[in-house]
Amino acid sequence: MTEKIIESFQVKRIEILDEKGDIDESLMPSISEQNILKIYELMILARMFDQRALKLQREGRLGTYAPILGQEASQIGSAFVLNKSDWVFPSYRESGVYITIGYPLHMILQYWAGDERGLKSPIGLNILPVSIPVGTQILHAAGVAMAAKYRKEKICTVAYFGDGGTSKGDFHEGLNIAGVFKLPAVFICQNNQWAISLPREKQTAAKTLAQKAYAYGIEGLQVDGNDVFAVYKTTEYALNKAREGGGPTLIETVTYRISDHTTADDATRYRSKEEVEIWKAKDPIQRLKLFMEKRGLWSERYHKYVEDKSMSTIDEAVKTAESKELPTPPEMFSYIYEKLTPRQKKELKDF
Amino acid sequence: MPKLNMVQAINLALKEEMKRDNSVIVIGEDVGKNGGVFRTTEGLYDEFGPERAIDTPLSESGIIGTAIGMAVYGLRPVAEIQFMGFIYSAIDQIFSHAARIRYRSRGRYTCPIVIRTPYGAGVKALELHSESTEAFFCHMPGIKVIVPSTPYHAKGLLTSAIRDPDPVIFLEPTKLYRMIKEDVPEDDYTIHLGKARIVQEGNDITIVTWGNMLHRTLQAIEGYDAEVIDLMTLHPFDEETLLNSVKKTGRVVIVHEAPKTCGLGAEISATFAEEAILYLKAPIIRVAGYDVIIPLPKLEDYYIPSIERIRKAIDETLKY
Repeated sequence: MTEKIIESFQVKRIEILDEKGDIDESLMPSISEQNILKIYELMILARMFDQRALKLQREGRLGTYAPILGQEASQIGSAFVLNKSDWVFPSYRESGVYITIGYPLHMILQYWAGDERGLKSPIGLNILPVSIPVGTQILHAAGVAMAAKYRKEKICTVAYFGDGGTSKGDFHEGLNIAGVFKLPAVFICQNNQWAISLPREKQTAAKTLAQKAYAYGIEGLQVDGNDVFAVYKTTEYALNKAREGGGPTLIETVTYRISDHTTADDATRYRSKEEVEIWKAKDPIQRLKLFMEKRGLWSERYHKYVEDKSMSTIDEAVKTAESKELPTPPEMFSYIYEKLTPRQKKELKDF
Repeated sequence: MPKLNMVQAINLALKEEMKRDNSVIVIGEDVGKNGGVFRTTEGLYDEFGPERAIDTPLSESGIIGTAIGMAVYGLRPVAEIQFMGFIYSAIDQIFSHAARIRYRSRGRYTCPIVIRTPYGAGVKALELHSESTEAFFCHMPGIKVIVPSTPYHAKGLLTSAIRDPDPVIFLEPTKLYRMIKEDVPEDDYTIHLGKARIVQEGNDITIVTWGNMLHRTLQAIEGYDAEVIDLMTLHPFDEETLLNSVKKTGRVVIVHEAPKTCGLGAEISATFAEEAILYLKAPIIRVAGYDVIIPLPKLEDYYIPSIERIRKAIDETLKY
């Protein structure tokens, strides 16, 4: 009889850009200056969009909205490296992802104002509508990846979800299936520390969320989720691996939900101001700004230009969203089935 | 023309559709190498390979969620849940996604998935192997619910379900899998979803039923001038055929195996009350399973509507 270790795992964490704006040159991915500017501009746009959405909600012009403040590096850094042909499976807190892949801003607003038409992705953008039931979209990423693999189409799928999502059964079933079939999928878990009022340490006894991957025989990586370069590099690595047949990856981006869960939530009920302040100091945009400043890529004038440009893009989106004609009642019958049922035809006579 | 039982008819439908269209795949537990625990997918693995007859981990939500993704991408997955009692862990995927993807995305994405599962009692099975909870699915807009009652109809309906652009729950009465053998054309034929069939014409009473209960009903009506309707599509059901029959006979008995309360019989009965009450000569009677959990084999026969119960209901209606 013997006793021996037959399996063990180690979890790698990737950090490149620190809070002072300094980088680890040896880890820095190759990103053109032009793309660094683009990433910065997207992060500013996403943040300003988020702020505007909150304002519109308070004015009664949007319904409940799930803010992304603090998660810009996780969202933009990962979505930036996607190919146009890749498929995205978002949760409900992904405005930054939508914006990065080029989803029309007015449609994002249209959706949050309570109009499904905002979820009809334009042809050419392979993003599924916002998934409200937590973690359930993970399986769709596995399914599309399986279908693409069968069709021999070299695409990747990327599912976004949060720390809460890792407690759902579909997280387990999705990662398990992706592992068994070695699917070209990347699972991006934005660990923003809070699932409404439940802190990360009460979500799971596991030390990291990334390590859960190893139970499914797939690679799990943790990155500083407020470090846009670490997120960029790790996502790019996972996508390349998937495209080359290396199978799925789980990426845990450690970040923080600075805002409330949604506009219907009050986070001061369950977490301290001090904790939020600590995370505010780790701001992902501030870091990138410091880095760019040191490289001579940032100036007040440039920043002002980015803000003005973002403001006018958002103004335009608000105007477009709000000038859309309201949906008509018969439209609630459209798209339930391909054709109306006999009973629906009768019901439709009410309008 | 070969004489086939329902298992063979379903197998033939799957095989023919997979030959016809390479976007059709089957996915589920033991559906590949093993050919399905009831052998409905036998031979598909050998003929079409592991990428089209996909053996999955034991993972019902996983099977349906993955199949939904495949359907969204443009395939036509036929997912198998091994027994209807195991579909419950996949209901989130069915209700929250399969049923709603077309609506949620305003038609940008659709979900042409078929979910097949053995259903109903009468085979002396374990707990959760005899469920008939079709009404849950009929209550969810966005999905269609089909129950075949013969091998011929199983093939035609399944072919239609696979070609249908919407998600279809295809409930296969386990009791009927090997009970009947009949002529089943190998040729391509479909049976229109949403249409009921009049199995036997009659004048005194309309009996609406489906699945295994159709066969009990046919035994029960001996000596009566009854019109028997096999509903086949439970949702959206064929109101027109039902109403025309009731307007002729004026009497209705609805027979189903599922518990009475909120069973589909309630909806059918309410439809008659709303649309044809002035034609009715007698109260509508439902002969259904009792409002209990379907018992294990020792008491199963007391649960399933019997020929006697059906005859008693017919006699009761004919008193008026």
